[in-house]
Amino acid sequence: MTTHSAMRFAILQFPASNCDQDCVHALRVLGSQAKLVWHKDTSLGDVDAVIVPGGFSYGDALRCGAIARFSPVMQAVSRFADNGGLVLGICNGFQILCEAGLLPGALIRNRDLRFHCEQVFLKTANFETPFTSEIRRDGVPLRIPIAHGEGCYFADAPTLERLQTQRQILWQYCDASGAVTEAANPNGSVLNIAGIANERFNVAGLMPHPDRAVEGILGTEDGRSILNSMILALESRRASAVAVA
Amino acid sequence: MKAKLVITPKKAVLDPQGKTVANALEHMGYAGVTGVRVGKYIEIDLAPGTSAADAHNALNEAALRFLSNPVIEDYRLEIVE
Repeated sequence: MTTHSAMRFAILQFPASNCDQDCVHALRVLGSQAKLVWHKDTSLGDVDAVIVPGGFSYGDALRCGAIARFSPVMQAVSRFADNGGLVLGICNGFQILCEAGLLPGALIRNRDLRFHCEQVFLKTANFETPFTSEIRRDGVPLRIPIAHGEGCYFADAPTLERLQTQRQILWQYCDASGAVTEAANPNGSVLNIAGIANERFNVAGLMPHPDRAVEGILGTEDGRSILNSMILALESRRASAVAVA
Repeated sequence: MKAKLVITPKKAVLDPQGKTVANALEHMGYAGVTGVRVGKYIEIDLAPGTSAADAHNALNEAALRFLSNPVIEDYRLEIVE
């Protein structure tokens, strides 16, 4: 039986990724295995999930994530996602997944043209996903840091309508009481969107950094429940695979 | 031979840079400015003797796939001698 062994995460590493080690550390704190996968690699190896980490891949040349999405490893990530594998993009990773077409929409300059590095509050809009199932449901918002200059989520009206009807919006910027208000929107994102999932709910992205929020010494542990949701989803997948076998 | 690609944010997309530039022009006293969109200009050198039609087709594809993001941007491509 292998159901009790740790889940194995691949953390991608592009030139100028800078949260790759944060992700490795966070997952190890949570009892999972994490290995770095170089952007030139054409295979992810034997892993259960992929995290595309934050940073400034390729110096944000042309557009954030525009170059990284054509790297060899992203072909492997697309295949992994097509096969139903869990993929989470954080910050620059979210931008890369949007550029790659694995998630709808795009991320543009913050409306005030400023880089925001601060704690924000997040309302979880759908708890029935592999990225959100372990998040507290008592209405208290998550407190997680952001650090980005281009985190303003944009999608056209038909896409936004689809995101809403299919409940693909996972997180929205809100105030300390959980209210989704214009004042609580740090970057101008439409509908205060901080993170979304694809239609199959196996690929998600968000601008805030759960990887920087798993230890009290950093001011908040609220990122744990996002990563733990993934770990739990992987454990139940593995258990049902074992049961079938 | 060159390709010239002008990329602009779509009308529906927020362009805070354009808005800031428009405000500055107004403060400087340039009257009659009703809107500014800030985009990108990409100039691509092409080997002499390249077929303009082939270059246009190839770069049109590159513009859609990579050089612009059709979700947020429009582009105009021109091949010049």
